[in-house]
Amino acid sequence: MTTISRPAERSQLYLTKITTRDLNVWYGEKQALFSVNLDIERNRVTSLIGPSGCGKSTYLRCLNRMNDVIEGCRVEGKIALDGDDVHGEDVDPVQLRARVGMVFQKPNPFPKSVWENVAYGPRIHGLATGRAELDEIVTTSLERAGLFAEVKDRLDDPGTGLSGGQQQRLCIARAIAVQPDVILMDEPCSALDPIATARIEELMEELRARYTIVIVTHSMQQAARVSQRTAFFHLGAVVEEGETGKLFTDPREERTRDYITGRFG
Amino acid sequence: MTSGGVHSGEAARRRLRKRHAAERRFRLYGLAAIGLALGALVTLLGTVVVRGLPAFFGYEVTLDLHLDAARLDPQGGRRPGDLGRGDYGRVVKDALRALFPEVKGRRERRRLHALVSSGAAFDLRERVLAEPDLVGSTIALAVPLSDDADLFFKGGVDAEAAEADRRLSDAQITWLRALQSEGRVARRFWTRFFRAGDSREPELAGIWGALVGSLWTLGVTLLLSFPLGVAAAVYLEEFAPKGRLTDFIEVNINNLAAVPSIVFGLLGLAVFLNLSGLPRSAPLVGGLVLALMTLPTVIIASRSSIMAVPPGIREAAMGIGASPIQVVGHHVLPLALPGILTGTILGMARALGETAPLLMIGMVAFIVDVPTGPTAPATVLPVQVYLWADSPERAFVAKTSGAILVLLAFLVAMNLAAVLLRSRFERRW
Repeated sequence: MTTISRPAERSQLYLTKITTRDLNVWYGEKQALFSVNLDIERNRVTSLIGPSGCGKSTYLRCLNRMNDVIEGCRVEGKIALDGDDVHGEDVDPVQLRARVGMVFQKPNPFPKSVWENVAYGPRIHGLATGRAELDEIVTTSLERAGLFAEVKDRLDDPGTGLSGGQQQRLCIARAIAVQPDVILMDEPCSALDPIATARIEELMEELRARYTIVIVTHSMQQAARVSQRTAFFHLGAVVEEGETGKLFTDPREERTRDYITGRFG
Repeated sequence: MTSGGVHSGEAARRRLRKRHAAERRFRLYGLAAIGLALGALVTLLGTVVVRGLPAFFGYEVTLDLHLDAARLDPQGGRRPGDLGRGDYGRVVKDALRALFPEVKGRRERRRLHALVSSGAAFDLRERVLAEPDLVGSTIALAVPLSDDADLFFKGGVDAEAAEADRRLSDAQITWLRALQSEGRVARRFWTRFFRAGDSREPELAGIWGALVGSLWTLGVTLLLSFPLGVAAAVYLEEFAPKGRLTDFIEVNINNLAAVPSIVFGLLGLAVFLNLSGLPRSAPLVGGLVLALMTLPTVIIASRSSIMAVPPGIREAAMGIGASPIQVVGHHVLPLALPGILTGTILGMARALGETAPLLMIGMVAFIVDVPTGPTAPATVLPVQVYLWADSPERAFVAKTSGAILVLLAFLVAMNLAAVLLRSRFERRW
C-alpha cells in the first residue's frame, strides 16, 4: 500500500481523512480535473462549491471510484483514504464503496420496502447474521438518519412511497447502514423543499460526529451553513480551499470573491 | 382582455376555429382507423369461429354389435393377444347389415359400410380389450359416422342436388334418414378432436398431437432463447466494452431479427440435420430453429428494458458497494423483468405461429402418434392447420378452422400467462 505523507501542521489539529495529490481526470479527450490537491478532514463537513461543470462532482465521484464505470474515464494522481491509495492494486472498489458511502442528487431508494432498502447493504457485505441483527442495524441507521420515528410503523411499505425529503434521509440511512467512514453527498438537497433541506442540514451536523462528510452544493448559503471547510472549484481546478468562515468572508483569490458575491456562475 | 390584441377579434376566432376543426378531423381519422381494424378483426374471428365450431361436434350412430366369439376370439382363451387380432370390422359391418337386411350386392353393401367411420372397428376393439367378458354378448355402442355422413347431418350435403354431384348416393341418404328416425344418430361434443393425433379420416383426426408437438417445440425454444437472450442482453448492456466489436454484434442482432424465418429453417436443415445428425421432424430440432429465430427478439427486448431501468438504481446499489453482478442480479434484472417477459412472450408467440422454418426440417410430415418426447416425430399447430387446409376432404374445412381456434386459444393462454407474470413482477419506481 502506498502511504502519502500528511501535512504535519494540520494533522495535529484535525486528522486528515482523505488526501488528494495531483489528481487529473479525463473523460475521453476532455480533461475534467487539473492537478487537484485537496485534503478532507476527519469528522468535519467539507463543501465543494463552484459553477456547473467545474469538476466538483467529478472529484466527489473519484473518492469512491464511481468514475470507474464511466466509459472513457481516466484518472491519474493519488487519492489516499487514511493513507491508503484508493487506486491501489489490492483495493477492490466494491470494498472501497462500503467505506465511502454516497448520497445522490435525486433520492434513489430501491423499489423495495423501507426495511429492505436499509438492510440491503449490510446483507451483501455480510455485516449481520440473522434477521434480529439486521433489524438492529436497520433501526439504528434509521434513527441516525432521523427517520425512524416517521417510518417505524411502515417499514414494510415501499421506500419509493415516502416524501422526497424522507426518501433522501432513507438514502442516508441506507448509506450509513454499511458503517462507512466517509459519506459523499452530491447536491443532496437540490430536489427538496426548504423544510426537508433544513432537516437534512441538521442531520449533517449530527452525523459529522461519526462520519467525515463531503458535500457538493450549488447553494453557497448551504455551504456556509453546514460546512467547516469549503473548496471552490473552477474550470476543473481547486481555486481556493480553507475554513468556510474565512473563505466566505475573506477569500484570497479574486475569482472566489467574484463567485461568492454572485458576479459569475 | 385588451382590445386590438392579435389574440382577440374575428381573425383570431377564425384561426381558432380552424385549429379545432383540424383537431376534430384528426380524431375522426383515428376513430375510423380503429373501427376499420376492429371490423376486420371481427370478420376474421367470426368466420373462423363459424367455420370451426362444427369441428368440435360430430355425429355418432348407435349400433347393436353382436360380439361373435367365433370372429373375435376363435381360440376361446380371451387372451389380449388373440382378442387384438379379432375381425372387429366384420362385427360392425354385420350390425349395419342387420339393420338394413334389404341391401344386396357388393357395391350397395360397400356404400352402406361407408356410412360408418373406419374408426368404429378400433373403438370396438378397444372396448373389448378393456372388457374381454363382453365377447359373446351383444352391446349397443355409439360409433362415429364417416365424414360424409357426419357432414350430411351437419347440413353440408344438398340432398336436392343431382346424385352425381354429391358425395352421398340417394340410397345412403335414405339409410341415414332411417337411422336418424330410429333415434340411433346423436350429436356429441367431439372429444376425439382434442385427444387424437392426425388422421386421413377427418372424423378421426384430432389436434392433440399437434398441440403436444407445439408444447414440446416451444418448451425447447423457451429453454434456449430465454436464458441465452437475457444473458446476452445483460452482457451487452452492462458489461461489454463499447467499441467496434460491440457495435458489429449489435448491428448483426438487429439484422438477424429481420431475417425471413425460412432462412432459419434452411440453416437448421444444414446444421442440425445434415451436420449434427439430429432426428428429422423432432420438436428438439424445431425448438432449436425457432430459438435461433426468437433469440434476436428476446435480446433486443431485454436490452431495451434493461436500458430503461433508471441509472439512479444502479448508482444507488453501486454506491453502497454492490458488486456488478449484484447490481444486475438484485436490482436491474428484477426491474427489467416485466419488459423482458413481454419481449419473450412476443417472440414465443411468433415462434408458435411459425410454419416455414419447420417445413425445412421435416415437421410437415403426416404424424398420427401423439409425440412422447422432444425427439419423437411431431408436427405443430400451424403446420397442422396448413396440412388440413391442404386436404381434399370437405370435412377438413371445419377441422382447419377448429385447429385455428385451438391455436388462437393457445396464444391467448400464453399472453394471459405473460400478463399475469408481468403484474406479479411489475414494480413502480
